[in-house]
Amino acid sequence: MTDITAMHRALVDRVLEGDGLASRQMRRAAFDNAGLAEPMRTLIDKVAQHAYKVTDEDIAAVRAAGLSEDQIFEIVVCAAIGQSTHQYESGLAALDAASEGR
Amino acid sequence: MRLAILDRGDGLRTKAILALIRLFSRQPVVDAVKLALYRPDFYGGGAVTHEAMRGPSAWSVGDRELMAAFVSKVNACQFCIEAHSATSRIWYADDAKVAATLVELETAPIEEPLRATLRMLRKLTREHAVGADEMRAVLATGASRQQVQDALAVCLVFNTTDRLADTFAFAVPSPAAMEAAAKYLLKRGYR
Repeated sequence: MTDITAMHRALVDRVLEGDGLASRQMRRAAFDNAGLAEPMRTLIDKVAQHAYKVTDEDIAAVRAAGLSEDQIFEIVVCAAIGQSTHQYESGLAALDAASEGR
Repeated sequence: MRLAILDRGDGLRTKAILALIRLFSRQPVVDAVKLALYRPDFYGGGAVTHEAMRGPSAWSVGDRELMAAFVSKVNACQFCIEAHSATSRIWYADDAKVAATLVELETAPIEEPLRATLRMLRKLTREHAVGADEMRAVLATGASRQQVQDALAVCLVFNTTDRLADTFAFAVPSPAAMEAAAKYLLKRGYR
């Protein structure tokens, strides 16, 4: 496989640092699932921990707090990529640890 | 779909593509396609997904589609379970193998390196972390380091996609539409 790690890094840079309608601070907070105010916190924590539990009401609450659909789209994408990236990094680190001394 | 912008599409080009797909397939556009077409300069996950699922690897396309279905099962993401179990079934030409793997991994008729890899992906997906011991158990079955990396890439893209599918509430298409989508994924991939 070609270097998917580099492609992935470019994707992470794009969603966190590229042009967007949500602030970079909010995108980063969604990526890390840390430091968000309600009701964004509840939505983003569900995306990170158990996305199948997200409800229409969770989205409606964030909308009522003043976020546009594009801003919601962006922070949800950041949260999804953030959680899967933390997992991926854990997996690669474990693989490195397992490969040492073999 | 919980965000109307994804249904509508952004820009004239995307709206035209959505209209053409509806016209020629005579099917509603699958929600995953709408997501892939929406603001590709922002998310555009297709390239990474294509590389993980169709790039060169010692795992077959069927194995990687099965990993995608399996990870989606752990995440309880119905849309992705159905899409990728269909794709895997068609690739293997073996419905029972895919069904058995999703129901009971330990007794499923699959090779040990794949079974051990799926066990590791289950733990990583469920607990968000794995340790060296889980990785040693996979490598001990004969899976190569590169195969583990390739499996982690599949796990990465499906832990992203599952979250988006469930948060945006992708509609699960009819079995016939899902079958058609699975055949398209085997023919053309994710780009």
